[in-house]
Amino acid sequence: MNVQYQDNSNIRFLYNKIMKYFIFLFTFASIIPLILILAYLIKQGISSINWQFLTQLPKPIGEQGGGVLNAIIGTIILIVLSTIISVPIGIKAGIYLSEVKTGKLAYLLRLSTDILQGIPSIVLGVIAYLWLVKPMKAFSALSGSVALAIMMLPMIIASTEETLKLVPYSLKEASLALGVPYYRTILKVILPAGMSGILTGILLGIARIAGETAPLLFTAFGSPYLNFNPLHPMNALPLVVFNYASSPYPNWWRQAWGASFLLTMMVLALNLAAKTGASRWKVKF
Amino acid sequence: MKAVEVESVGDFEVAKISTRLDKMSKQKSSYPSGFNKDYLFDITLTIMASIVVLLVGAILVSLAIYSIPVFKSEGISFLFHDVWNPIANQFGAMPFLVGTLLTSFLALLFSLPFSMAIALFLGEYFSSGKIALFFQNTTSLLAGIPSVIYGFWGLFVLVPLVRKLEIKFGVLPYGVGVLTASLILTIMIIPYAASVGREVISLVPQDLKEGAYALGATRWEVIKNVIFPYARSGIFAGILLSLGRAIGETMAVTMVIGNNNQFPHSLFAPANTMASVIANEFTEATSNIYLSALIAIALLLFIVTTIINIIGRYIIKKLSI
Repeated sequence: MNVQYQDNSNIRFLYNKIMKYFIFLFTFASIIPLILILAYLIKQGISSINWQFLTQLPKPIGEQGGGVLNAIIGTIILIVLSTIISVPIGIKAGIYLSEVKTGKLAYLLRLSTDILQGIPSIVLGVIAYLWLVKPMKAFSALSGSVALAIMMLPMIIASTEETLKLVPYSLKEASLALGVPYYRTILKVILPAGMSGILTGILLGIARIAGETAPLLFTAFGSPYLNFNPLHPMNALPLVVFNYASSPYPNWWRQAWGASFLLTMMVLALNLAAKTGASRWKVKF
Repeated sequence: MKAVEVESVGDFEVAKISTRLDKMSKQKSSYPSGFNKDYLFDITLTIMASIVVLLVGAILVSLAIYSIPVFKSEGISFLFHDVWNPIANQFGAMPFLVGTLLTSFLALLFSLPFSMAIALFLGEYFSSGKIALFFQNTTSLLAGIPSVIYGFWGLFVLVPLVRKLEIKFGVLPYGVGVLTASLILTIMIIPYAASVGREVISLVPQDLKEGAYALGATRWEVIKNVIFPYARSGIFAGILLSLGRAIGETMAVTMVIGNNNQFPHSLFAPANTMASVIANEFTEATSNIYLSALIAIALLLFIVTTIINIIGRYIIKKLSI
C-alpha cells in the first residue's frame, strides 16, 4: 500500500516559532508602560522631595515651598484606625471559616467575603458617607477609616482562613489531648502557628488601602491643616495627589509628584515586607 | 460547629467531661473552667462571622433605600434616559452606563493579547527561573501602584499623546476622553488578568500536555489544542474578573475621561463612567433627589460588579477543586 501523506512539519515548526516570538514580544511590550510610569515617577518625584516637603504644612497658592506633613500624618492615622477596626473582626471571621467548614453561616460568610473583595472602592465611599458623614453632619477621618476597613476586611479573612487551614491537625489534637480547652487551643496554639500568614495578609491589606483615593473623597475629604482628631476632616497622600494633579498650578503638580513618589515607595515597601516576612517568619511543618 | 466537634474533636468531649467532673469534685476551686469560655468563644466567632455577612446585607439595603426617591420620580426610565441635567432635575443614567461599558470593554479588548501572552509566558514557557521571577515581580509591582497615580501619569503623558493622535485624525483635540480612559484601564488590568490566567494555565494537568507532545505536537499546537480548551472556562473567568475591576475603577478614569455628561458619540469624546460621575458630583449634590440619583448609580455599580465577581469566582473555585 502506498500512502501519500504530505510532510508539513516544516510549516508547523515555523508556525510554532512565530507564535513563540509573538508571545515573547507581547510579554515584553506589556512591561514597557511599567518602566515608563516608574521612570517618570522617579524622575519627577525625587526632585520634589526635600526636608521642607516632608516637614512643612501646605502653603497658600502663590507662595513657594510648603510640604505635605499633614497628609503624611493623616495617611498614617487613617491606616492605623482602619487596621484597628478591621483586624479583630477579620481574624475572628477567618478563624470561624477555618474551624467551621460547612454550614449555612460559613457559606454566607464565604460569599460575603467574595462580594466584599469585588465592591468598587467608590461604592464603599458612598456607604461610609451614608452611614457616618450624613448622621454626624461632618466629614471625618473616622468615616474614611470605616470605608478603608471594609476594603481591608476580605483580605484579612481570606489570609487567616488560608493560613490556619495549613496548620497541621496533629498540633490541635496534641493540645486538646493535654486537656487544654478548645478556645485556648485556638488562641495559644493554632493562631501563633499561623501568625506569619496572618501578618502577611494584614500588610497586604494595608498596602491595598494606603493608595486608595475614591473612598476618601467624600469621607476624610482632605484639609489644609494638621489634624489629629479623627472626627474632623483629614488630609491623606492620595487626596493630595488627586487635588493637586487636577489644579492648574505647576508648583502643586510638583508637590503631587512628590506625594505620588512617597505613596508608591510606601506601597512597595509594604509589599516587600509582606513577601520577605512571609518567607522568614513562616513556621514550617 | 457542633458536627465538627463531635466528629473530629472526640478527645475534646472527654476533656470537657473531665473538666466538669473536676469542677464538681473541687467546688469553688480556682481550676480554670474551660466550658463556659469555650461557649463564649464560639459565640464570639459566630457573632463576628454574622457581622461580616450583615455588613454586605446592610450595604445593599442602605444603597437601595437611598435610591428609592429617584426611582419614584423617574421610574425605570432612569436607566434608559440619556439626559443628565441636575439643574433641571432630569436624571438619566444612560450616558454613564454606555461610558462604563465602552471604556471597560475596550480596555478588555486591548489588554487581552498582552495578558494572554504574559499568562502563557509565565504558565507555559517560563514557569520557573529568574525570568519568571522578574516578570512576576514587575507585574505585581504594576498591580501595586495606586490608581490615582496611574491617573496622574495618564494626565501628563497619555493625554498629550492622544491629543497628537486626535490632531492627526482631525477631530477636536480634547486629549481626554473614552479612548484615553480605556488605555489607562488597559495598563491597569493587564497584571490582574495575567495573574489569573497564569493560575488557570498552570492547572492544566501535565500528563495531558505530555500526551500531546508524545504524539508529536509542537508547543503551539499543545497550547492551542490542549491548554486553551482545558483552561477555557478559567480564562473566561479571568476575563470576567478583570471586567469587574475595570467597571469599578474610579480614580484613574475620573482623571482622564473628561467628565462630560453627554452621551459619548465617538471614541475621542469626553464622557463619564458610573464611577467617575459619583466621584465628581457626589459632594456637589445639593438636592435630595440628586444625591439619590448618584446613590442609585452606586447601587447599579454594586450589583453589576457583584454578579460578575460571583460568577468569575465560582468558575475558578470549581476549576481548582
